[in-house]
Amino acid sequence: MDQVLDATELQLSVATGLQLLKNMKKALALCLFGFCLAAATCSAQEPPYFVTYSHDLEEPGNLEIAVKDAQGSPKFANPFVSETLELEYGATAWWTTEVYLAGQHTSNDSTLFTGWRWENRFRPLLHEHLINPVIYVEYEHLSHADKGVLEVTGHDSISDFQLTNDQARSEIEKSLELKLILSSNTHGWNISENFIAEKALNEPEPWEFGYALGVSRPLALAARGKACTFCRENFALGAELYGGLGTLDGFGLKATSHYFGPTIGFNIPRGPTVSFAPDFGLNDNSIGAIYRIKVSYELQQIFSGLHHSKGSQ
Amino acid sequence: MRSLKLKVMVLGLVLCAVASFAVVDHSWADHVSDADRKRVNPYAGQAEAIAAGSKMFADHCAKCHGADALGNRKKPSLRTNEVQNATDGELFWLLKNGFLKRGMPTWSSIPEPSRWQLIAYVKSLGVSSENHSSNLPQENSQEKQK
Repeated sequence: MDQVLDATELQLSVATGLQLLKNMKKALALCLFGFCLAAATCSAQEPPYFVTYSHDLEEPGNLEIAVKDAQGSPKFANPFVSETLELEYGATAWWTTEVYLAGQHTSNDSTLFTGWRWENRFRPLLHEHLINPVIYVEYEHLSHADKGVLEVTGHDSISDFQLTNDQARSEIEKSLELKLILSSNTHGWNISENFIAEKALNEPEPWEFGYALGVSRPLALAARGKACTFCRENFALGAELYGGLGTLDGFGLKATSHYFGPTIGFNIPRGPTVSFAPDFGLNDNSIGAIYRIKVSYELQQIFSGLHHSKGSQ
Repeated sequence: MRSLKLKVMVLGLVLCAVASFAVVDHSWADHVSDADRKRVNPYAGQAEAIAAGSKMFADHCAKCHGADALGNRKKPSLRTNEVQNATDGELFWLLKNGFLKRGMPTWSSIPEPSRWQLIAYVKSLGVSSENHSSNLPQENSQEKQK
């Protein structure tokens, strides 16, 4: 009898997984179609990270539109797909500002908008150094139902995913997130380290801490002379490690979750950049695996008229 | 009295800091070391590298500097005497560090060999008398001559 039940559960979970994949495919196809309609475009030269930030900022006047999906099947919880829309704008060569809109669909539950974020990154040093710092300041207005996992802080764990959407959506957290981004580009490699501090502004919670580390490299350092789509220089491989570091009251690795996984990015010439990463949970507090996909497209100099009119001769 | 002295000292320090900042940092070329200036482009004049540089120029540079590199309103031409006569090492330094105050981003995320290819392409374009903008490198070069 148990075996019959297990088989039925397995079938159900496979069917749910397939349905989620279909939804993801539809969303991605729509995004790609929308991106292909845009006129002035190019691929970005960024490391293929999902959680870690490097010191590369958006070029001034460019707008990058990106869709990030995260799919997971947490233990004792329904599988989910989270979608995040990012609008990243290069305000100046040393300041990038970004707005995120987030939503998620949980199988056997509901689909909902979970909130927004406004992020700013500043380069305090105007030249390239061995290690380049970037200051990151973000305001978040997110419900507890958010499942984007764009960072892990404090004691974030798999239990956060075991609440139903109805239980989680009513709690809105307004928080301030600060990051110190340290990053280096050397011999084709990018090595980035992020230290995260997050404070809930509307709840009496202590500061929460987290980290993210990333390493990546293009498959070829010199470009080919001929036009080609699948040249090695259009691909980048890397790896990310990220997790929580507890809170101000209990700093450390106790009762925290951590993830590690490879990541691959593909810069389609004169098209979007597509990145993929399977991130694997490293302990019992983590989700077994989170599959991430990102499609980003850069619209060049869309407000250049505005920039020029300010200082035109 | 002591408080007034302190205020004057603080004000003086702030003014000195602002003045030194304004005096020191108005030319990217001033920051290029001799060693960087003398660096040699390993791809200089190579047809394959120039073709590769042309692809990258179209992807990363053309939108600001123009498809013909003649500049675009406030964005400088790369076909002036000043740019074409700059050493490969100087241009490499500029690509790596950018000139953030003037809107030129850093391109350190482009691997070094690709950056040299890009420079080989820009140098292959040669000087043109048609310049569509006021020129940033020109200003720097003039400052350097002074």
